[in-house]
Amino acid sequence: MKQGIYKVLSNEKLTETVYKMVIEGDTSDLTKPGQFINFTVEGCYLRRPISVCDWDESTITVIYKVVGEGTEKMKAWKEGYECDVLVGLGNGFDVSLSGNEPLLIGGGVGVPPMYGLCKRLIAEGKKVKVILGFNTKDEIFYEEEFKALGAETTVTTVDGSHGVKGFVTDAMKDMSYSYFYTCGPMPMFKAIEKTAVGSGEYSFEERMGCGFGACMGCSCKTKYGNKRICKDGPVLKREEIIW
Amino acid sequence: MVNTKVNLCGLELDNPVIPASGTFGFGYEFAELYDINCLGSFSFKGTTLESRFGNPTPRIAECTSGMINSVGLQNPGVYDVIANELPKLKKVFDKKVIANIGGFSVEEYVKCSELLDKEDQVGILEINISCPNVHAGGTNFGTSPEGAKEVIKAVKAVTTKPVIAKLTPNVTDITEIALACEEAGADGLSLINTLFGMRIDLKTKKPVIANKMGGFSGPAIFPVALRAVYQVYDKVKIPVVGIGGVSSAKDVIEMMLAGACAVQVGAANLVNPYACRDIINELPAVMEQYKITDLKEIIGGAH
Repeated sequence: MKQGIYKVLSNEKLTETVYKMVIEGDTSDLTKPGQFINFTVEGCYLRRPISVCDWDESTITVIYKVVGEGTEKMKAWKEGYECDVLVGLGNGFDVSLSGNEPLLIGGGVGVPPMYGLCKRLIAEGKKVKVILGFNTKDEIFYEEEFKALGAETTVTTVDGSHGVKGFVTDAMKDMSYSYFYTCGPMPMFKAIEKTAVGSGEYSFEERMGCGFGACMGCSCKTKYGNKRICKDGPVLKREEIIW
Repeated sequence: MVNTKVNLCGLELDNPVIPASGTFGFGYEFAELYDINCLGSFSFKGTTLESRFGNPTPRIAECTSGMINSVGLQNPGVYDVIANELPKLKKVFDKKVIANIGGFSVEEYVKCSELLDKEDQVGILEINISCPNVHAGGTNFGTSPEGAKEVIKAVKAVTTKPVIAKLTPNVTDITEIALACEEAGADGLSLINTLFGMRIDLKTKKPVIANKMGGFSGPAIFPVALRAVYQVYDKVKIPVVGIGGVSSAKDVIEMMLAGACAVQVGAANLVNPYACRDIINELPAVMEQYKITDLKEIIGGAH
């Protein structure tokens, strides 16, 4: 974990409520896809934890949904704005367990961390399948970006306005895969848990105080004892989760 | 050259800055970031006899200039703290620590205190009779002079270490509880614990926190804490540790002018993990700015 001042390079609208921001600064503490960073937002007391979509030697890309006071303010940050960020938080996805044909499932604003994961798995020569779930076609983002990485990408929409009609589980039930990774809302997780075959990892969300393991605000019980979503998670392995 | 050294119940501190219990874990998350030996001391995560998971989540809500928590004394239990946490802490912190002890019965406070009394690393026992997040016990002892007296007397009987009682502000008159603790033999007082508060989510129209209510902390409560320290300092002869919304060296000085001999920093650690280090670093310059050469001399200076 590192704290630093990061400079906004771009902050653009992807859909009605979802924004993509690229910031510049020290990225050496990001070691795994699925980690998150924690933004200070002027006028808000607590930091705003946002998952990392992708990163390189000097930039970090985040995709966030505007859901409240903090993200409302963040969407107004212009190029050149300097923000205070804690970088390299949480325990991300374990790419070493993927096998040759991993399946990545992202739901809504759970899609972003799947992108960084997908990129790294493809770089390792894996044949990656991706399912991206949205409610309707206006909410879709990053379909082309996943395809450009070379992933076999399926989009589902609940209303059938684009891709497969239904939920991510409708698309995954006939697929074969060596391992799965997922991030998204709890109802989606529960449906995946019923449908998925074999081992996998889930990335959880919880209201956090600090984001680095000090306050015990985001604890959960697992089969291997109490864990902090922010520090021991947000990614937990399927076999340890108590539903 | 300014002197930042203070004395807390016989414990010499290099400076008055102490991370508050529950905001600093057992230190090692912070030791990854900076050398925590710069701290005056620190009060470790509230420890109970048995291990506790605490309350359901969500446990955190944001407020204007502050936050609400409803962690509910999650901790691995005193036996695990002694066997695992304290040895790990010793590797990153050379100084004496303050053992924060929670309980649900007098017997539990006593047993925990007895066990922690034997630990060399522990310099002071801080008895938490003020947790707002546990229904049985905890704050019940801290809201009546009789309850407070009973716990402190019983703990004093089983330890040779100084005993500090941590007080709740959620009472009609905090000085009554303070006096009861002093009478029971407390060597010091720390105040205030969090204010009982809540938030409601306008989208769901339900409380944000699963437990509905929790403890409100952060800069918003600083004036309340300062007032309580000022009032208590007037009534008791034992040392007072000021807690509540402290976020800067100026806040430390203000708290000490009200009567605190040392200061605990809580919520600030969660939003800026370097908060305590930053406060300690800026303290000498701020002292010079206000023409203070020896911090000890300003304690209670506002009275």
